[in-house]
Amino acid sequence: MGLLSDPVRRRALARLVLRLNAPLCVLSYVAGIAWFLALAFPPLTQRTYMSENAMGSTMVEEQFVGGDRARSFARDFAAYRRKSGALPVAWLERTMRSVGLEVYTQSFSRKLPFPDETHERYMVSGTNVYGILRAPRAASTESLVFTVPCGSDSTNSQAVGLLLALAAHFRGQIYWAKDIIFLVTEHDLLGTEAWLEAYHDVNVTGMQSSPLQGWAGAIQAAVALELSSDVVTSLDVAVEGLNGQLPNLDLLNLFQTFCQKGGLLCTLQGKLQPQDWTSLDGPLQGLQTLLLMVLQQASGRPHGPHGLFLRYRVEALTLRGINSFRQYKYDLVAVGKALEGMFRKLNHLLERLHQSFFLYLLPALSRFVSIGLYMPAAGFLLLVLGLKALELWMQLHEAGVGLEAGGGPGPSAPLPPAQGVGLASLVAPLLVSQAMGLALYILPVLGQHVATQHFPVGEAEAVVLTLLAIYVAGLALPHNTHRVVSTQAPDRGWMALKLVALIYLALQLGCIALTNFSLGFLLAATMVPAAALTEPHGPRPLYAALLVLTGPAATLLGSLFLWRELQEAPLSIAEGWQLFLAALAQGVLEHYTYGALLFPLLALGLYPCWLLFWNVLFWK
Amino acid sequence: MAAAMPLALVVLLLLGPGGPARAESPRDSLREELVITPLPSGDVAATFQFRIRWDSELQREGDTDHYFLRYAVLPREVVCTENLTPWKKLLPCSSKAGLSVLLKADRLFHTRYHSQAVHIRPICRNARCTSISWELRQTLSVVFDAFITGQGKKDWSLFRMFSRTLTEPCPLASESRVYVDITNYSQDNETVEVNPPPTTTYEDVILGTRRTYAVYDLLDTAMINNSRNLNLQLKWKKPPENEAPPVPFLHAQRYVSGYGLQKGELSTLLYNTHPYRAFPVLLLDSVPWYLRLYVHTLTITSKGKENKPSYIHYQPAQDRLQPHLLEMLIQLPANSVTKVSIQFERALLKWTEYTPDPNHGFYISPSVLSALVPSMVAAKPVDWEGSPLFNTLFPVSDGSSYFVRLYTEPLLVNLPTPDFSMPYNVICLTCTVVAVCYGSFYNLLTRTFHIEEPSTGGLAKRLANLIRRARGVPPL
Repeated sequence: MGLLSDPVRRRALARLVLRLNAPLCVLSYVAGIAWFLALAFPPLTQRTYMSENAMGSTMVEEQFVGGDRARSFARDFAAYRRKSGALPVAWLERTMRSVGLEVYTQSFSRKLPFPDETHERYMVSGTNVYGILRAPRAASTESLVFTVPCGSDSTNSQAVGLLLALAAHFRGQIYWAKDIIFLVTEHDLLGTEAWLEAYHDVNVTGMQSSPLQGWAGAIQAAVALELSSDVVTSLDVAVEGLNGQLPNLDLLNLFQTFCQKGGLLCTLQGKLQPQDWTSLDGPLQGLQTLLLMVLQQASGRPHGPHGLFLRYRVEALTLRGINSFRQYKYDLVAVGKALEGMFRKLNHLLERLHQSFFLYLLPALSRFVSIGLYMPAAGFLLLVLGLKALELWMQLHEAGVGLEAGGGPGPSAPLPPAQGVGLASLVAPLLVSQAMGLALYILPVLGQHVATQHFPVGEAEAVVLTLLAIYVAGLALPHNTHRVVSTQAPDRGWMALKLVALIYLALQLGCIALTNFSLGFLLAATMVPAAALTEPHGPRPLYAALLVLTGPAATLLGSLFLWRELQEAPLSIAEGWQLFLAALAQGVLEHYTYGALLFPLLALGLYPCWLLFWNVLFWK
Repeated sequence: MAAAMPLALVVLLLLGPGGPARAESPRDSLREELVITPLPSGDVAATFQFRIRWDSELQREGDTDHYFLRYAVLPREVVCTENLTPWKKLLPCSSKAGLSVLLKADRLFHTRYHSQAVHIRPICRNARCTSISWELRQTLSVVFDAFITGQGKKDWSLFRMFSRTLTEPCPLASESRVYVDITNYSQDNETVEVNPPPTTTYEDVILGTRRTYAVYDLLDTAMINNSRNLNLQLKWKKPPENEAPPVPFLHAQRYVSGYGLQKGELSTLLYNTHPYRAFPVLLLDSVPWYLRLYVHTLTITSKGKENKPSYIHYQPAQDRLQPHLLEMLIQLPANSVTKVSIQFERALLKWTEYTPDPNHGFYISPSVLSALVPSMVAAKPVDWEGSPLFNTLFPVSDGSSYFVRLYTEPLLVNLPTPDFSMPYNVICLTCTVVAVCYGSFYNLLTRTFHIEEPSTGGLAKRLANLIRRARGVPPL
């Protein structure tokens, strides 16, 4: 601080920042990207370890043997489901009651804002069935949830069968200290959301549902299972939840413990974990997994039904049984034993899972990067914006003060006339861009009926096309605002606007990186260079192209291609475009149905900010 | 059913006259009984009751306010064997003879439901209440689970339940009986069979329904002498169907709604399943001070309409001194669900006030519901001496209703909890960083800095000035 309060040194420092600005910016950006890429390498990734004592050393012996029972339950369930064409509620109730659970149902209905073409649904109504296994002699203050989502197609029957068989096995044991809720939801995540809202007696998304009849206290943890075959080759675990929330790392460690104990093949993001971390291959493979996780987390969509539990501070993850062409297959008993072990250890918990990390990245199932180690990557990227803003601020003052006080311009020296002009000229672009953002947020869903009347498109198409139209229209608009702007000091105008835009962007990205690092980093990595470079002089078409290519929409499109590339299922251009349109519709839908925040964040926050840079670029 | 949730450990000290005067009763008497109720689900419930009465005048202050009721609850405590052992030691025969030989800890805690109680109260010995006796009543209820204890089989015997049989009565007991509920099975005698066949039966109205009990009197010498021991057996001839159990007229549920660590709502659902009769209930809620209740958000709705309680008593909490106390008299319409909800804000505790396991959450004690529930059949008021002990658990006052006190489940609420893994580091570091940054940034922002002209000259000039001043000449 002494450095800054000494005017001489301050001036020297300022000169240094001004002169070395461009190299510093480049260095900082490169450092950020390099740091991120280095995250998959051993000094930065650490081995995971169990922090929770209650789940650590306690021995648990799995005794589940109900494989045949699970298969017969699954067959019956599938048959009844085919017959009724929906969830066989009566059969489920009867079966759950016969294995000794307290059974309740909950019906719900939801009219989506526009038809969901991916899942083919619009007016949704369904019934959730749940059975509660009451812990003997306990007072129902805590519970665990085992949930199986059932979609419209006939997958997941085996998961229901395994759920029922496990329920029957668990019911015969005396050691339970927490109630266990066995939940089968209809319309997969919509049903889960309806049940969770009813359980916590809140209404977040405008779901209509009947009130619940039975409660079992505070939910401590939840496990979701998706399983569509009698045998599996591997189990995939999904951790990313709504808005990029993650469960406590201990829950994942628990799963991994039982993977190892049962000799199961377990994957993360569909990737096996590399064995050799000393050579280059292991970390490179880890980097792929890490990138997949970053993309998945940045999308802010729940990567399974567990994602919706995280909002209620219930630690949860989803297990998916994968049946591929591998030779060695596991039957339902192996999966059931892993689940039994997990539930028994969760049953031992004295406190909520809180010991381990909540913010982490995973390059492999047994490796993690903690928040302290990955945050610098985002920090370096945001530093570019800060440096650029500092440079502009100082240039603005030097321009305004001129040669006043013999070249000793104190940054706090008041500049009434010049600043007045700067601020007035900012109001119009700020207002216009924010208005565009608001239109982008509201109009597509609001105007879908008008669009379908006048154009030959369906509602879902109308929404997506309106989105794109408004997005593109935003690019044309800023030209109109120039008449309002005073042209007294041409350079000061755009510099002030760019300064505001840079600070605005830095603030937004900083906040996003704190809550959802992946999204923050991804946006920073794409938007920062264009934001730093943009100015109304120089190679304008090049800047314009760069700006368009790093805008929110192009980032989304690019992420989709990268995601499929990493999954080793590359997209063609046409497929990519289709997927892009579907992703847009899904993004809007998820905002309305589950409360995902990516769409409003982009529409109300980043898109207007990005328009400001566009405005800077075409400043006259 | 949540109505009969196994509450942790509630000891109610009821001070007050124990009812109207009654005839002289045998002094220092012990009565013991066991009621076995087979449930349609295949489970079986067993309730022990021991009543000791003695006439010694314990210390009694003259001016005690009898109408002053104290209520305390430890919602966190779970009943276990260490509660059973001292409880058994209060019995005159300990666990040596009589019904108490069945009280084997490993069996009693291998059950689905376990509840244990001690009631002590003074009882007037005559109409003017000039002298009193003391009554100590001990109750233990367990429910054996067909799925766990019975390994799926639904036949029961004393040996199967308690791994003991009855051999002799307690020599001190004036009455020692076993009752088996055979209400639904006595008519056709085809669903359940009791062995040995009972010699006498007893009929009464319990909880508003007429019930029949097979009675086995241990003091009856023929009962034991036949085979040296008594092992009651229940056999289901026709296995009971898995149907939803009958719902009691009054039951309740309680839960916390909302999410996040700032606000929340306590909701209590009161069910009146009686087809045509409404009745009032008294709801007593005691909420710790660290949930700051907003009383203006108290809403009571039945059948979609607001239900105004006829009486509300609210005593606000004082931080760290006393909890909130909320007492209401609510009329429950027939066949309805009444929802009582009140919003709260979670307080931030001082860091020394957290429990050793703060992330477990904090317990909120159960609501207490007291009600006169309308009875289906008319019952005569209880004769306290003549009728079995279990009959006085739900006393009948005027024949058309019986008294029930229910406890809802306790709740677990998470409070905002700091990370206790390294509190000092975090607190110290944060405070230091804030202090340093704030101070210096404030300094930078509020001051303007100017470059001071360096004083030219130096030592020579100063010396010259000194000389000039001495000479009286103006300085340079």
